[in-house]
Amino acid sequence: MKPTHRESLRHIVLLLPALTIFSAFWLLPMARLVSVGASGEMGVSAYWAVITDPRYFSSLVSTIVLSATVTFATIIISGITGMFLQRNHFFGRRFLLATLTFPLAFPGVVVGFMVILLVGRQGVVGSVTEWLFGEKLVLAYSMAGLFLGYLYFSIPRVILTIMAAAEKLDGALEEAARSLGASPWQVVRDVMIPGLKPALISSGAICFATSMGAFGTAFTLATKINVLPITIYSEFTNYANFSLAAALSIVLGLITWLALALARSMAGSTVAAAA
Amino acid sequence: MDNNSGNPAKLNTVGIRLNACGKTFPDGTRALEPVQLEINPGETVVLLGPSGCGKTTMLRIIAGLEQPDAGGQVFFGEQDVTPLPIEQRHVGMVFQSYALFPNMSVAENIAYGLKVRGMAEVEKKQRVVEMLSMMHLESFAERRIDQLSGGQRQRVALARALAVRPRVLLLDEPLTALDAKLRESLRAEIDRLLRSLKITAVYVTHDQSEAMALGDRIAVMEKGRIAQIGSPREIYYRPATRFVADFIGSMNRVQGMVDGESLQLPSGLLRVGPRVSNEVLFRPEDVRIVSNGEAQLQAKIVSAFFLGDHTRLILDVGNEQTITAETVDRREFKPGDIVPIAVDSEAILFLE
Repeated sequence: MKPTHRESLRHIVLLLPALTIFSAFWLLPMARLVSVGASGEMGVSAYWAVITDPRYFSSLVSTIVLSATVTFATIIISGITGMFLQRNHFFGRRFLLATLTFPLAFPGVVVGFMVILLVGRQGVVGSVTEWLFGEKLVLAYSMAGLFLGYLYFSIPRVILTIMAAAEKLDGALEEAARSLGASPWQVVRDVMIPGLKPALISSGAICFATSMGAFGTAFTLATKINVLPITIYSEFTNYANFSLAAALSIVLGLITWLALALARSMAGSTVAAAA
Repeated sequence: MDNNSGNPAKLNTVGIRLNACGKTFPDGTRALEPVQLEINPGETVVLLGPSGCGKTTMLRIIAGLEQPDAGGQVFFGEQDVTPLPIEQRHVGMVFQSYALFPNMSVAENIAYGLKVRGMAEVEKKQRVVEMLSMMHLESFAERRIDQLSGGQRQRVALARALAVRPRVLLLDEPLTALDAKLRESLRAEIDRLLRSLKITAVYVTHDQSEAMALGDRIAVMEKGRIAQIGSPREIYYRPATRFVADFIGSMNRVQGMVDGESLQLPSGLLRVGPRVSNEVLFRPEDVRIVSNGEAQLQAKIVSAFFLGDHTRLILDVGNEQTITAETVDRREFKPGDIVPIAVDSEAILFLE
């Protein structure tokens, strides 16, 4: 059926509020960001600098490596823990589940602070190792510190997603596999992981996206390694290099968006953009 | 694994013996009273009963998915398999929900048990082809599971369970999820399989017609106990308890005053033979509509249901007792009419 003039007019009127908001809060800032990125002395090549300038390139690579490692570790830890918590009922389980969501309430600054308290110069681990070996173990300001902090806020989200997915796994599938002679490991490989795959991919993508954009934790730890969000921040605060900050922002956004889009097509379901 | 490759009909099937197998769950509920059961090699035993009677628990104990309470033992042939988990018992299992692996094709599903057992590629392929043809699934080999109908899925599940040439086949309500028509055709197919493979099979169902059609013997279960075990005929014609009598088919129950070899009712004298009791039972199809001369009772029609192949009558025999009668008589029965009926004394049962 072809819409009449009246109808298409009505459609435009009805879409107007959505279009206005979309333009005001997405299209215009994005266009501005893209144009600012290309407006500096370097012009469009500011985008190129992300790869050509070793400073920015190493920042980009270390951010991706860090995020990917965190995602990988989080998936393994949370996958096992989530399955366990879903399948086993023991005293204190409800309390444990309630406390698991607690780290979600902390801003990145607090997470960073906690990492410092744990493995910083005055940290618990440092004191213990000094007492034991006469040498302080300090991890907070290196890649290891970032890794710990990122892991800390990533695990709870993924555990909860895994638990929800584990609840929906069909127990008969595991029993069928076992009846056919599959060992416990083969059941995990052939039944459980494929069953959890959509949840693993989608929660992994969100974990990756969150890690790529995390700022508070990295800022608090003031590490020697500059992750991309910190680089962007210092570009426009310290050097007032707006165009490069904008270019880096676009690149950061694109990589994160690509990861989410890839996950969405692989998982075949909607990956929430809640990152 | 076995030395009779090439012929899917040859299996190293064994008998099953349950020795004092009870099951108490951690919350204290008794799912199964300590039960004794012997299943012969090649025999199909149907565990029949309402939900919660313990039939699934018994199957899961045989499978190795549940451990019996202390003292219980499960034997496959002479081997005590009680301590073995299901993956070491070499059973085939078919589930109500099909339980096919959604991430694998039909052929991969069928090959799964062979794969985890490390069978050589060539032999595995050949076995899968055999199973596909046995279950008439040749054209579906590369299909995904979600592209199959319910009946096809259950045939894949059967092929998968049989591909490993299990020692026993365990079926947990395999037809319950299917619609009536499909259920009947798949039932015939399962019957054909069980007869041709001569495999020891335990089949759980709550559907009595399935039990009658498939079982060499039926174990009727009630509240965690085997109420009666016997051939379908024994169970139907000679039920041991009221529960069995009521659960299998339908049963009329009539009370009256004992009068010699008969039971006296307001509608007449029901001849019951030398053994008398003030309560007797008989099946609806054993009620005969007769001529007035042969009549034992003059029953009044309360309602009549014409069902095509037969008519079901609800009859008043006096003392506010109604019985059900089934007749192939083509007459048109009307509520309120009086019909002369008789019941052969051989058809009459006495149960405490």
